[in-house]
Amino acid sequence: MSTAPTTTAAVRVTGVDKTFETRSGVVHALQGIDLEVAAGEFVSLIGPSGCGKSTLMRLIADLDEPTAGTVEVNGTSAAQARKDQAYGIAFQQAGLLPWRTVAANVALPMELHGPSGAARRERVADLLEMVGLSDFADRYPDQLSGGMQQRVAIARSLAEKPSILLMDEPFGALDEMTREKMQTDLVRICAETGAAVAFVTHSIPEAVFLSDRVVVMSPRPGRIQEIVPIEVGADAARDDHLREESVFFEHVTAVREALHGGSAASTARGVETR
Amino acid sequence: MTGTLQEQQATDAAQAAAVPGRAPAPGGRRRRSGGRQAARWVWGVAGILLVAVVWELYKWLAPADGVLIGETRVLPRTTDLAMPHVWDMLARLGEPVTRAPGANVLWLEIALAALVTLGIAAAGWLVGVIVGIGLALVMQRWRLAEWGLLPWIIVSQTVPLIAFAPVVRSWGSRVEIGAFEWQDWMSVALIASYLAFFPIAVGALKGLQSPDRIHTELMKTYAAGYWQTLFRLRFPAAVPYLLPALRLGAANAVIGAVVAEVSTGLQGGIGRLLIQFAGQASGDPAKAWAPIFGAIVLGLVAAGSIALLGVILKNYRRVEVTA
Ligand SMILES: Nc1ncnc2c1ncn2[C@@H]1O[C@H](COP(=O)(O)OP(=O)(O)OP(=O)(O)O)[C@@H](O)[C@H]1O
Ligand SMILES: [Mg+2]
Repeated sequence: MSTAPTTTAAVRVTGVDKTFETRSGVVHALQGIDLEVAAGEFVSLIGPSGCGKSTLMRLIADLDEPTAGTVEVNGTSAAQARKDQAYGIAFQQAGLLPWRTVAANVALPMELHGPSGAARRERVADLLEMVGLSDFADRYPDQLSGGMQQRVAIARSLAEKPSILLMDEPFGALDEMTREKMQTDLVRICAETGAAVAFVTHSIPEAVFLSDRVVVMSPRPGRIQEIVPIEVGADAARDDHLREESVFFEHVTAVREALHGGSAASTARGVETR
Repeated sequence: MTGTLQEQQATDAAQAAAVPGRAPAPGGRRRRSGGRQAARWVWGVAGILLVAVVWELYKWLAPADGVLIGETRVLPRTTDLAMPHVWDMLARLGEPVTRAPGANVLWLEIALAALVTLGIAAAGWLVGVIVGIGLALVMQRWRLAEWGLLPWIIVSQTVPLIAFAPVVRSWGSRVEIGAFEWQDWMSVALIASYLAFFPIAVGALKGLQSPDRIHTELMKTYAAGYWQTLFRLRFPAAVPYLLPALRLGAANAVIGAVVAEVSTGLQGGIGRLLIQFAGQASGDPAKAWAPIFGAIVLGLVAAGSIALLGVILKNYRRVEVTA
């Protein structure tokens, strides 16, 4: 995974540490994180609770600043990338504004900077079509199910055609059925828009199904323990059939072992660690 | 892939069709709240009737001299002088104010005076809204301002209004800037605003601070500035807090205006009539109650106008349901 510094990666995290000063002492949330997400690449972060996945996402989104190291997004600083609206973000909670209709929620980023008038309305309609909520444009968030709210949030995160998507457990609250449907949709949407994705999840099958690479993290301090590349083969499309193929289960097993094996196993086997 | 999308849309359509049956459904919600609205009116009227019935029952059953414990009267006298019959008080509203020829009907006189007071209270309320929201904005923006201002805002409300009114009036009478001359009604409006701004400042501050971190951070990811965040997030989020604050402010403005009219002796408003008719109570006891009813109706009208505002802004009162 040597990276030529000339190519602009979607996200490049170099030697990042993050510590929080709390009353009960210093919390090492992240230590020595090096990670690169190439343009158009889908990378999942997986690891036990508290290993710093959300913290890493927040650093990339410039909602927090690293204690040490640098975060580059689209070849600029994270702060600049935020100002340039280089990324779209979806949090674990949908975070819709309750007083806005579905359509107005999706339109929010475009109201702040972006197309107006007919172009905006058209874009909103396209996005709602994409997440299959065209019939719900005039509903309010409290009239939607959790899964529908999530899809609105995803449509909103795509509103300005970002080249990077940051998603922190976006399907966390969904039932298995809806979740699988959303995963399939997300793969389709990414294929359509060519966006790079950094995706946090607690589900191994989800990570395997979606990702080009799965980053396995370990807690206290949060570190990247192993990066598992997911190669499903050129002809195997990422659709529902993939879930039943042996290559899928092999990768699930690989990620599970990386997750459970701990650093001892990975060094013993000499698997790529960072 | 397209198959999945169609499937999904079919599921959603099914969900949409099922929605009216669900508890938090839009149709059901509106219908139910319509029913609740009617029920509220029924209960409101029932409440007024109940008060009238209790009034008459007490007047009928209790001794004429009231109920005394030792020397202290704990319940009022029930004589016609102290407690006129409900129907007498209502009938009196339909009679002329005085026996002088061409005198207005009492209710009209009351209504005209109430309108004057309402106008003054509205002016005071408006000032209170501007000052209250202004203070809240300053306090929301700068933590230091909140620490510095909030205690004073609270202390301001402990100043007794009656003591305060004549002072304001005498200060006001000295104000004269060019063509602008301080009017007596402005003193009354100022005192009304003094009572009105407090709940508005506190409510607005709470409302402006109410957005969840997820929403403020969302605005940050959009690189939204202070004003954009204010108008797209903080103000809309503040509506559920502002409405009750505005209603309380309106009620306070009315009370402030009436009390200030009484204590500054301003002519034309309902406060003046309260004093004037109370002075005539020995000869015409039912008449003294008329301005009291007027003041109550005035308060209801003021609060009702805010309720109207609430109906207009109803979509801002939706609470977020996180599934
Ligand atoms: N603002 C903060 N102040 C202090 N400590 C924090 C703060 N934010 C996160 N932490 C700590 O940093 C560590 C990593 O937190 P983080 O939220 O990134 O975990 P996570 O991997 O996202 O966990 P989960 O899977 O449960 O969401 C935790 O130990 C947490 O207590
Ligand atoms: Mg997290």
